[in-house]
Amino acid sequence: MEVFLQQLINGVAWGSIYALIALGYTMVYGVLKLINFAHGEVYMVGAMTGYYVARWLGVDANPSAGGLLIVLLAAMMVCAALGMLIERIAYRPLRRAPRLAPLITAIGVSLLLQNLGQIVFGADPKVAPGLLSSRVLVQAGSIAVTSLQVVIFAVSLSLCAGLTFAVHRTRMGKAMRAVSFDREAAALMGIPIDRVIAYTFALGSALAAAAGILVGLSNPKIDPLMGVMPGLKAFVAAVLGGIGSIPGAMLGGVLMGIAETMVSGYLSSTYRDAIAFVILIGVLVLRPEGLLGKPEREKV
Amino acid sequence: MAVPKKLPNGAGLLIAFVSLVAFDRGFSLLDNAYLNQVLILAGINIVLAVSLNLINGFTGQFSIGHAGFMAIGAYVSAAASVYLSVPFFSFVENSLGWPIAAGQLLFFPFLLALGGLAAALAGFLVGFPVLRLRGDYLAIATLGFGEIIRVLILNVEAVGGARGLSVASPDPRYDIRYEGLFAVFGIVVLTVWALARLSYSIRGRAYLAVRDDEVAAESIGVSAARIKSEAFVISSFFAGLAGVLFAQSQGYVHTNSFTFLRSIEAIAFVVLGGMGSITGCILAAVALTVAPEVLRPVAEYRMVAYAFILIAMMLLRPGGLLGMKEFSWGWFFRRKEKPS
Repeated sequence: MEVFLQQLINGVAWGSIYALIALGYTMVYGVLKLINFAHGEVYMVGAMTGYYVARWLGVDANPSAGGLLIVLLAAMMVCAALGMLIERIAYRPLRRAPRLAPLITAIGVSLLLQNLGQIVFGADPKVAPGLLSSRVLVQAGSIAVTSLQVVIFAVSLSLCAGLTFAVHRTRMGKAMRAVSFDREAAALMGIPIDRVIAYTFALGSALAAAAGILVGLSNPKIDPLMGVMPGLKAFVAAVLGGIGSIPGAMLGGVLMGIAETMVSGYLSSTYRDAIAFVILIGVLVLRPEGLLGKPEREKV
Repeated sequence: MAVPKKLPNGAGLLIAFVSLVAFDRGFSLLDNAYLNQVLILAGINIVLAVSLNLINGFTGQFSIGHAGFMAIGAYVSAAASVYLSVPFFSFVENSLGWPIAAGQLLFFPFLLALGGLAAALAGFLVGFPVLRLRGDYLAIATLGFGEIIRVLILNVEAVGGARGLSVASPDPRYDIRYEGLFAVFGIVVLTVWALARLSYSIRGRAYLAVRDDEVAAESIGVSAARIKSEAFVISSFFAGLAGVLFAQSQGYVHTNSFTFLRSIEAIAFVVLGGMGSITGCILAAVALTVAPEVLRPVAEYRMVAYAFILIAMMLLRPGGLLGMKEFSWGWFFRRKEKPS
């Protein structure tokens, strides 16, 4: 039971990182119906930016909450710009092309960032700066909650809340929802499609950057290929929650994190990578629209 | 329904066959191991691309887990070399009383059949639940199965687990690998021929019908579920053959060769070549195999350049190199038809 609770706590912290990445997938899918395979690499760039900004500002020498916030914001801004750039160069010219064409450029961008990352940052893993010192906050028996886990969870939760606000309470959010509902009709209503899509990429990429910083807190090994597996799994999380659904992505991410830590805790960590996909197949066969997604009817 | 005008014909096949024999002779005379390796890799990639094209191009389904089936072909054939070569050869030698050369000749088709059928079986089992899904969901599910296959293999100790598996017989007398260009390109020709014949037959029309409009196809009596499942099984079979060739030419198999990236590579061949053009797939497979080699002078920037080429080609020709056109002699001998 204690092991179970401990794994549950670890899983929620790990899952909230997946949730942040999954949000980017789900939002982009919502507006463009595109699986943005380069998203995992945006997350990697976020972590790398955090590493360099922290070193440059000397935040890693004396960790503080303010320092973390600055690094977080810097990484989010850099990645938001990167996300918009990727959209502008690789996806926008192909808006009217066959649907698979942007998928290939997405893969191309993903490969490009991975390999460029290996040249720019070096292929060897780096140790992410200790932006916060880890303390055990709550200790009950053998179950411990660390301050890092609390910070990861709190930051993720507030970002999700911020996103929900941005999507449901702002003008741009309304435009986003309109575009995702029917792009053609939204364009006819005078909504600037290109700007809305760019904005969506910026939001999603900023969240991925935040995930990159947070993952550096708990799992301080960062390298240019770190985005590949989390990217795929976060995508699975988005599907699990119902792709296109924002609360779904959050739920899916947390469930995915819990499932993974449970499998590595009880079975074997070699099966850790498979569980995501087993869940995926289960969901797709039983409920293809995902937990919180709406089923789509096919019209003749 | 879009149907390409010119169908591949027997003459083209004959030329391809003759030229590959010439290739085989020419390059073994050159004795250039590096060139040999690149050509073999190109051949394997052609088989992979053309087989994936049956699902993604002709049947309009979207699979991104093709590496999984290739892995099954590779591992089954590698395991057969390790565990079955002794019984196989002793059967040929002792029970049939044939010379060992006959065994060596027969072992290759045996490996191919085993690897191909194992992959086809996996394709059938995977296709059964997965093909009820459509579009992106199907793509994601195939991705999932591709990864699951890989992780499962990684956990089977009999095939080496995380250490990988060397393609070698325990008895050195029976140790043989079919790594020649002739073996590889023989299978390339076989694959291209079989899939071209299938795709442009009456049955192939049903595949195209399912791609173009599933509901309409159903309404005129084409069982979409059956066609999709069939395409999946056949495609997996040939992906399995690509796996066998890969295992034979490398002499060593490891799950790292069959990651998601390999599936992506296969998709890149198909999409770049033109979805639904066998000729296009072949061209793209060769081009993308050769590209990293040509880019060797720029060393560390090689993969960056490769990624750039991928993006640029897609931006410049979103419909793929050839679209849906196929090779035909008319390209050389006939003038353009006048618009009526």
